[in-house]
Amino acid sequence: MGFLQTVWTIARKDLVIEARSRELAYTTLFFAVSVVLVFSFSFVVEGVALTDAASGILWVAIAFSGTLALGRTFERERQADTLKALLLSPVERPAIYLGKLAGVLLLMLVVEAVVAPVVGLLFQAPIGRAPLLLVGLLMAGTLGFAAVGTLFAAMLIRAQSRDVLLPVLLYPITVPLVIAGVRGTAAILAVEPNLAVAQAWLSMLVFFDAVFVTLALWVFGPVMGE
Amino acid sequence: MVGLDRAGTAPDLTPVAVDFHTVFVDDVSRHYGRRRALAHVTIQAVSGEVLGLFGPNGAGKSTLISVLSTLLKPSGGTVRYGTHTMEDMGDALRGHIGVLGHDLYLYGDLTARENLRFFGRLYGLDHLEDRVTDALQRARLDDRGDDRAGAFSRGLRQRLAFERALLHEPRLVLLDEPFTGLDDDSAQVLIGRLRKLRESGCIVVMATHDFDTAEAVVDRALCVDRGRVWTVADGAGTLRERYRRTLLEQG
Repeated sequence: MGFLQTVWTIARKDLVIEARSRELAYTTLFFAVSVVLVFSFSFVVEGVALTDAASGILWVAIAFSGTLALGRTFERERQADTLKALLLSPVERPAIYLGKLAGVLLLMLVVEAVVAPVVGLLFQAPIGRAPLLLVGLLMAGTLGFAAVGTLFAAMLIRAQSRDVLLPVLLYPITVPLVIAGVRGTAAILAVEPNLAVAQAWLSMLVFFDAVFVTLALWVFGPVMGE
Repeated sequence: MVGLDRAGTAPDLTPVAVDFHTVFVDDVSRHYGRRRALAHVTIQAVSGEVLGLFGPNGAGKSTLISVLSTLLKPSGGTVRYGTHTMEDMGDALRGHIGVLGHDLYLYGDLTARENLRFFGRLYGLDHLEDRVTDALQRARLDDRGDDRAGAFSRGLRQRLAFERALLHEPRLVLLDEPFTGLDDDSAQVLIGRLRKLRESGCIVVMATHDFDTAEAVVDRALCVDRGRVWTVADGAGTLRERYRRTLLEQG
């Protein structure tokens, strides 16, 4: 079986399970929208939002809901020890990693497709100003976050305090990604937008993605071997 | 029966034939931090043999199965599959190993058929639909193939998981508590399947506490205790009695 075929087989399995239960989509989406709604009561005063608040809240919602999605995705693999079954199959470890990553990534992007317009609506943020650039920032930031999160969630699958450890490990490492995402998005949504600055942050996100995905592919096999 | 490849023999690195007819565990130890799960274990199993691992809880049976399955690396010693090692053959070797774990390795949200199909794809099997249909028939689940595995009783899931482990016709079959949750009828069917596996030249290694059921099929019994392994002595008495005698003799 080819490498990409294996990646797709694993990702499709996750998507079929999610399509059937919709557990992750509903909980993640509900959580992300709730976060945005609660913040809107604090940061929007008399119909005017604080400067740059929208971009920060969008990325906080993405990071928190993404952590929820990562934890639950691997909880499914833990319930009947199915991650072990994946590791016992004659497929390359990086293909397993990428398959799991693809499933989480798609779910997070679906959530963002709903949350970003909600942020735009509640904070009067012009999310349609540079749509391709905004989508690029969201996709690149989400990829980096999910890449690190997938690795850690897989590593922690047998740890008893995995629900606590996942954010403790994940957030410090992904802080640069979130900062780049916030600053890039803020540059687009500002009263006086600076698309060149947004592009610079996007380049930085792509660089982070390359580093994180490469490192994760490199260490996933040895880490899972123990 | 094929002779053993003792440690020290140069491994055959030819990537063509991954198949093997012996498994040789040579002085294998495994530690979890400071805890010793396996200590200098040396055993062999050959094609057409059903090897039973018996021992108290926490004795090291599941660790030994994990090491044989390539899931755990030994802290010391080597496992040879014929002339190959995991390091020589890489992922391809796993295509010749089938594992039934205590946790069954089934996705509860997928149907029985989808579970088999998913793992069949991972193993790159041809004629997958025919294999899946045959497996469901052997598990006596052909009328429930489109039901979610999570809705099955433990016994039904056990039967499905057993067929999932054999879907790719592995040479080495590793079973951890295969009789758990099975009614008497299903246990007898499983015994029949194990006999057929033996006839077809599989190497079966089975960890179980069910002496009475296992006695009908086990060719050689090993006693595992505190990470060490002894052969259960032949002689008078049932397997349970001989196991207890061996355990007492080894202190």
